[in-house]
Amino acid sequence: MSYILIVGAKSDIAKAVARKYAENGYDLYLAARESIELEDFSNDVKIRTQKVVKCVELDILDYVKNEVFYNSLKEKPLGVILAVGYLGEQEKSQNNFDETLKIISTNYTGVVSFLNIIANDFEKRKSGFIVGISSVSGDRGRKSNYLYGSAKSALTTYLSGLRARLYKSNVHVLTVKPGFVATRMTVGMDLPEKLTAQPIEVAEDIFQAQQKNKNIVYTKWVWRWIMLIVKSIPEWKFKRFNI
Amino acid sequence: MRLLSWGNYPKIENLTFSFYKNSTLRHIIDKHNELIPYGNGRSYGDSALSKNIIKVRTYNYFLNFDKTNGLLHVQAGVLLSEILDVFVPRGWFLKITPGTKLITIGGAIASDVHGKNHHVDGCFSESVEMFKVMLPDGEIVKCSKQENSELFKATCGGMGLTGVILDAKISLKKINSKYINQITIKTRNLKETFEAFEEYKGKPYSVAWIDCLAKGNELGKCLLMVGDFSDDGNLDYQTKNKLNIPFNFPSFLLNTLSVKVFNFLYYGKVRKKVSKQIVDIDTFFYPLDAIDNWNRIYGKNGFTQYQFILPIETSFNGLEEILKKISNSGKGSFLAVLKLYGQANDNYLSFPMKGYSLALDFKIEKGLFELLDELDKIVLKYKGRIYLAKDVRVRKEVFEQGYPQIDKFRSLRRRYKMNNKFNSLQSQRVEI
Repeated sequence: MSYILIVGAKSDIAKAVARKYAENGYDLYLAARESIELEDFSNDVKIRTQKVVKCVELDILDYVKNEVFYNSLKEKPLGVILAVGYLGEQEKSQNNFDETLKIISTNYTGVVSFLNIIANDFEKRKSGFIVGISSVSGDRGRKSNYLYGSAKSALTTYLSGLRARLYKSNVHVLTVKPGFVATRMTVGMDLPEKLTAQPIEVAEDIFQAQQKNKNIVYTKWVWRWIMLIVKSIPEWKFKRFNI
Repeated sequence: MRLLSWGNYPKIENLTFSFYKNSTLRHIIDKHNELIPYGNGRSYGDSALSKNIIKVRTYNYFLNFDKTNGLLHVQAGVLLSEILDVFVPRGWFLKITPGTKLITIGGAIASDVHGKNHHVDGCFSESVEMFKVMLPDGEIVKCSKQENSELFKATCGGMGLTGVILDAKISLKKINSKYINQITIKTRNLKETFEAFEEYKGKPYSVAWIDCLAKGNELGKCLLMVGDFSDDGNLDYQTKNKLNIPFNFPSFLLNTLSVKVFNFLYYGKVRKKVSKQIVDIDTFFYPLDAIDNWNRIYGKNGFTQYQFILPIETSFNGLEEILKKISNSGKGSFLAVLKLYGQANDNYLSFPMKGYSLALDFKIEKGLFELLDELDKIVLKYKGRIYLAKDVRVRKEVFEQGYPQIDKFRSLRRRYKMNNKFNSLQSQRVEI
């Protein structure tokens, strides 16, 4: 048996990724807070794929318990996919530090706390892969969501360093940078159709990139070029944009 | 936001709502009117278009499968293609499937779709053991042929106008192969076409492609394809790479000449009067699914499909008259599909009846709707009716005459206050 551990498994991207890996022969640990809510979904994956799917309780913000959780997994996973994220509200976070902290810790500190443990184990075992779902928002700070963006930017940097550290240990790290994705997180937003990916497309891109040991994948792919342009705009000009 | 139907016509602004839980759906229904459920957007006309659209596609869990009897329980947003991907390799197939697998279970029930085996096995509702539907007041009701049978008969074929279908149990059938043994019969005119249908009606699957631009003594010539599953034990089913039509073609590409050339080549490539082939499930049942966005070949103005059925007694004369009218108009299509049907069922608005149905695609252009109005008159003269899942323009009077149970449907809608809550452009046009 070969388990993949998906953290933040309630998100739409995570669910699409879970189906994709199970369809390709992997067993699954689905980890989330209030994992009882994942029972219907895990049942769905079991019927579709006839693979083993286990729901496990995990709150990565409960930092001290992350190690306990990982030690409790009888069979260690071949790979870990982190799909934890919290978009938050930029304006609220400017006046409310609790919101700020929630954005930073969910998108960054919690992920780091968890991946530190995974990295040490994979490094020792000299095998495994880690997929971190960051965001194009981390490529440049925009006034409309720079708190989320800065946390994702930190995550991107962390994953980059981790990739370099684990390279010699035969452990691969993939950074995923989705653009707009049609999920519960973005319901009600007026997203441009041609630039918006469905979760199933994101899952396909992640699976392909991970299997081919890619380092960074933008999804949809067009975001690589959009962000290249966005990054190349000089700061004196960029600060005047209303985006 | 502009959510379109498969015909890319009409184009209207709408608000869309998705749901993952019943409680969310209840809230949407409570807060809004002029709602219509929307599956995977494959109905051709305006039956799933309205000011407010409930997208059901995200509600897509498999709930249970009982391998002792092939009973599959799924949520309404599951696509037929997802079911095939999972179950063909395990030796199961849909009892009833239409000519595309890219539709949801909810849509299949709401249009009470049918397939190449209608003359033997009937409509999709024949494979539905039970379903649950959420009514305007948020109540969830279980329906089957035995339980709440009125709601069952109204909802199967009811075009989403009775509420939102949540989940359904459907029975699958056993197969031993992903291949179909196909026989192709080439006919020279309508009389031969009818004789061929009659001769091969024992075969479980049959459909004919008909050259609707042929005239004179070639009127009604066709390629009839019949078949049944092979028994070779090969169940290695995988969807092949698809072609894609990346943008709308300029609409002048599709004209009388190009359709004539296509028809000539398509018909001409079959040499023998009767020939045999072995083809896979996708080629036999879902030939058009191999091309993503094939609807774009009709250009940005969109297209419609005109599908009618005539009772068996009047089919020959009626089809002859209609084919003459179409070939004289010069407005033909690549896809003209003729099919023999079995007995009608009891559902209030199901399309099939014992007889022949013809389906033709037309790009939307000047003069088209006038031609279709003319065709409507002939359909009515021969006691036929129009298929709502394809329709975008039929008049109320024409529609009503074809569906004798329409008043039962209307009064049920009033009784449950569905008419205040669920409406599509189509339901408003034909006043159902």
